[in-house]
Amino acid sequence: MKAQRRRLGFNWRGLVLPLVFLLSVELIAMASTIERDAFAAPSAVLAAAIRTLHSGAALRATSETLITAGSGLLLGFVIGLIGGIPLGLFRRADQLMMVPLESLRPVPPVALIPLSLLIFGFGYAMEIAVVAFAVIGPIFLMTRSAIRGIEPQLMEVSQALGLGLIARVTKIVLPAILPRIFVAFRIALGIALVVAVTVEITANPLGLGYAMTIAQQSLQPDLMFALLLWIGLTGWSLNALLLRAESRLFGAAA
Amino acid sequence: MSRRERLFWTLASVGLAVLIVMAVVKISEMRLVPPVFLPPPQRIWAALMKGLTTGNLAQMFLATIWHMVIGLSLAACLGVGLGAMIGTSAKARAYLMPTLEFLRPFPSSAIIPVTIAFFGLTETMMLAVIAFGSLWPILMATIHGFVTVEPRLKDVSRALGLSRRSAMMKIALPHAMPDILAGMRIGLVMALVLATVGEMLTGRNGLGQALLLAARSFRTADLYAGIILLGVIGFASMLIFDRVERRLLRWRS
Repeated sequence: MKAQRRRLGFNWRGLVLPLVFLLSVELIAMASTIERDAFAAPSAVLAAAIRTLHSGAALRATSETLITAGSGLLLGFVIGLIGGIPLGLFRRADQLMMVPLESLRPVPPVALIPLSLLIFGFGYAMEIAVVAFAVIGPIFLMTRSAIRGIEPQLMEVSQALGLGLIARVTKIVLPAILPRIFVAFRIALGIALVVAVTVEITANPLGLGYAMTIAQQSLQPDLMFALLLWIGLTGWSLNALLLRAESRLFGAAA
Repeated sequence: MSRRERLFWTLASVGLAVLIVMAVVKISEMRLVPPVFLPPPQRIWAALMKGLTTGNLAQMFLATIWHMVIGLSLAACLGVGLGAMIGTSAKARAYLMPTLEFLRPFPSSAIIPVTIAFFGLTETMMLAVIAFGSLWPILMATIHGFVTVEPRLKDVSRALGLSRRSAMMKIALPHAMPDILAGMRIGLVMALVLATVGEMLTGRNGLGQALLLAARSFRTADLYAGIILLGVIGFASMLIFDRVERRLLRWRS
């Protein structure tokens, strides 16, 4: 019975908590007339979600957030990868860069929001810059440690074959670290999304974070919770998509 | 690598950092970058010193640390407590894990507008955001730590006739400690990020607010000084954390 349930992939007990929660909030909302600027019945939230999705406002905001998060992610990913590969390959270069890099790493990315705002003004560019900064560090570290983790025999083979640096990187190093780079990319996607939403809530009039802030300020808690739910769903599905691709492409190697 | 060699390369690395700073000085002297974006490093240094001695930068610095510590402590108490309860009970896991797994990739900063709606732009709101954001990594790591306790260790604790409570304190908790600390390390980073954001939004004392004010009035040297101080907090908290971790996990080595 237990095995069967697992095979079907359905666990009814997991649904109990969310359902009880939603139901009790709905009942409280029906029974009370308390002030409604921080509180909305789940049915009202659902209605607001349908409304905002139908009107296209949520989709526009989603595409803005995804475009900035995606561009920042790609920019930071490429920079982190290009920086991480030589430092993973050459121990000396790594030692030499230690102090400059370690002094940048502890700076929280959101500290750059005001600076980025000053340089780029409101809009896509300032957000992309902050997201890229946030992503570079983790990608860089994970690339470096992935290269350190390559089988030493593989590197010996490349030496025995007399491969040049470029051939060594493209034929041996990159294929060898690909699964771990993919994992790094998925982790970085999560970071990019959080940072993008944070920038939008804090400063930038763009995307889902800003839409949520506006909903809160205009006292529309139903819309605010609908957007919160939508942001969660977006993050969850992107993560699930990459997880799926990961296990399909690399299986146990990842 | 010998000790001598390592010292040499560390010094070389410091030298490179100095060279980079000197290059930045040169760049800003030649005005390749508008000084409003990149003031000369010596002016940033002056702003930092002035802010720390006569200005209110020291006060802001301490306020940010305070927010971070309180928020993180709340998250740690809740996260470890709940995580231990969920991790040791298969029943609780069956009911809770699907919800927790669903919430795991949630971008925690999206909770900010909700907390503003609940608490207004107050200190409480800021602490709630910091605690919520750093709770997740700690909670999930704690659960993982408690779930992965060797079954044989459980047998041992049963054979020794340990009560549930002392089995938890003497066997499960030490086993989960590396995971808990790993989660707290991520929580620490989150706490600093969210403290900064919270201060920017609420305008309460702290480096986040100082940064925003400096940027709005184009005092770029002050802005960089604030960024440096945030980096110092990040760096120092990691150092302290490394210390604590080494001490708590001493038994493992």
